[in-house]
Amino acid sequence: MPAGSVVEFANVTKRFGAVTAVDDLSFTVEPGRVTGFLGPNGAGKTTSLRMLLGLVTPTAGTATFGGVRYADLSHPLATVGSALEAASFHPGRTARNHLRVYAIGAGLPPTRVGEVLQTVGLTEYADRRVGGYSLGMRQRLGLAFALIGDPGVLVLDEPINGLDPEGIKWIRGFLRELAGEGRTVLVSSHLLSEVQQSVDDVVIIARGRLVHRGPLSSLETETAPQVVVDSPTREALAAALTDAGIRFTEGRTGLLAADPDPARIGHVAFAAGVELSTLHRQKSGLEDSFLALVGEGHTL
Amino acid sequence: MSGYLRSVAAEFTKVTSTRIWWVIALVLFGYIAVLAGGLSALFGGVQSGAIGSSMGGGQAPPPAQLPALIYSFASSVGYVFPVLLGALAVTGEFRHQTLTPTFLAVPRRGRVLAAKLTTLFGFGAVLGVVALLASVGVGALVMGTFGVDPVLGESDTWALIGRSVLAMALWAAVGVGLGVLVPNQVATIVIVLAFTQFIEPLLRLASTFTDATAGIGRFLPGAASDALVGASFFSIAAPGASVLEWWQGGLVLLAYAVVLTVIGYLVTWRRDVT
Repeated sequence: MPAGSVVEFANVTKRFGAVTAVDDLSFTVEPGRVTGFLGPNGAGKTTSLRMLLGLVTPTAGTATFGGVRYADLSHPLATVGSALEAASFHPGRTARNHLRVYAIGAGLPPTRVGEVLQTVGLTEYADRRVGGYSLGMRQRLGLAFALIGDPGVLVLDEPINGLDPEGIKWIRGFLRELAGEGRTVLVSSHLLSEVQQSVDDVVIIARGRLVHRGPLSSLETETAPQVVVDSPTREALAAALTDAGIRFTEGRTGLLAADPDPARIGHVAFAAGVELSTLHRQKSGLEDSFLALVGEGHTL
Repeated sequence: MSGYLRSVAAEFTKVTSTRIWWVIALVLFGYIAVLAGGLSALFGGVQSGAIGSSMGGGQAPPPAQLPALIYSFASSVGYVFPVLLGALAVTGEFRHQTLTPTFLAVPRRGRVLAAKLTTLFGFGAVLGVVALLASVGVGALVMGTFGVDPVLGESDTWALIGRSVLAMALWAAVGVGLGVLVPNQVATIVIVLAFTQFIEPLLRLASTFTDATAGIGRFLPGAASDALVGASFFSIAAPGASVLEWWQGGLVLLAYAVVLTVIGYLVTWRRDVT
């Protein structure tokens, strides 16, 4: 296995006509860690990854592996393995032949085909035509393609999409294992919850721009905790909070008070003689920080 | 093994690992066998007197030309099959989005396209052999039963057979060029069928009406291919048409393949793969 190299995006921009899909994106991805590349659908994740892999030409900037562009790698599949979201298979070709074609083109030993089919658990179905495969089996075949060169860097676009619960559990463990071996692992997802159990670092983009990067734990402290409170007489509650100098916003299930202490909110309501129907600390999870960062509003 | 040869091996595996090439080969064989057998029987029957010339056999070709005409069906009728195989080898990559893994395995896109051109040239030759097995195999057998000499001992016949294989190989390369220029699979198939079955035959016929257009008409791909092979039903139907030398015909067909492929490379092959 070649050592994992640093993946670097340097001021990468991509415009499609008047639309800027990726806007001056810069970040690095370190070996030995699983990095989640997150953002809502349409944020520019897939376009960014395709630029990294030389499939899409950036309008400006460069994306490199240890300083080398994908197109200039001497052994691309043995340096970087990738699985992209699109189902890139000829439906009439078997899984084994699909992998053989690319192993031959990349000059990899033919024995790798059987090995990676074994790794992803497709050996039994290897000689069936891919047209009959389920989404989960296609994901596994995509992963087999990524692994075929035993690369030091793995770039996986939405690898969990379409997997059954058992498959999800397996791939989470597998990603940890790959990073544990010193490989660079970059995994994209539009759902933080999908990858939060397996990533060390996060890179978050929205509307083509970088909005956050750092360890997963850095998301926990991004937003202050809040209290959700509601009353059958919401106007009276709002007046009481205003009188007590507590800022709040109105949500679907109640008022969202900018105060970490439910006891204090309860006391304010009690003192004003307002009956409460709801009072609890909002579970300010990673997902909320994530959604706040990508600008999809709060989740009340 | 060099990168280029590895790519040729990969492209070869792509063709053999799906069913389309032998489906095309099978249909080609059946089509040409029926045509060569049927017309050998018709013209052979007329010449041997088994079929009266009053039954519409009055326009039968002279006996000396008959074997060459029948054998040339392999390319003059069958050429649409290698064009389709070549075109599908490219459009299938766009349609099934297999350009993604292809370019991930070999980021040098020009090399991939050159390898594809080489590989399909080879498969075109294979289809040529299949078509000739039908036209020569079945045609000679039927002509023999009607007492027409199939002239299989003559070197001219074998030269025609060899040039037919070359023509079919070049047609597959033309198909690759067309496919990369028009990556939409349905559009490409429509263009291939409309051009080969309708537009070009009309243009070739129309071009024979004046001397000026006849000079241009012989550069049409089908005319060039017939010139390369050296015989076709077209040259008998329109005997006044001027034709190129066989080697000129081959070069013209090669030029079509290369020019289409180069333009296609510049226009679609280098584009973003999304």
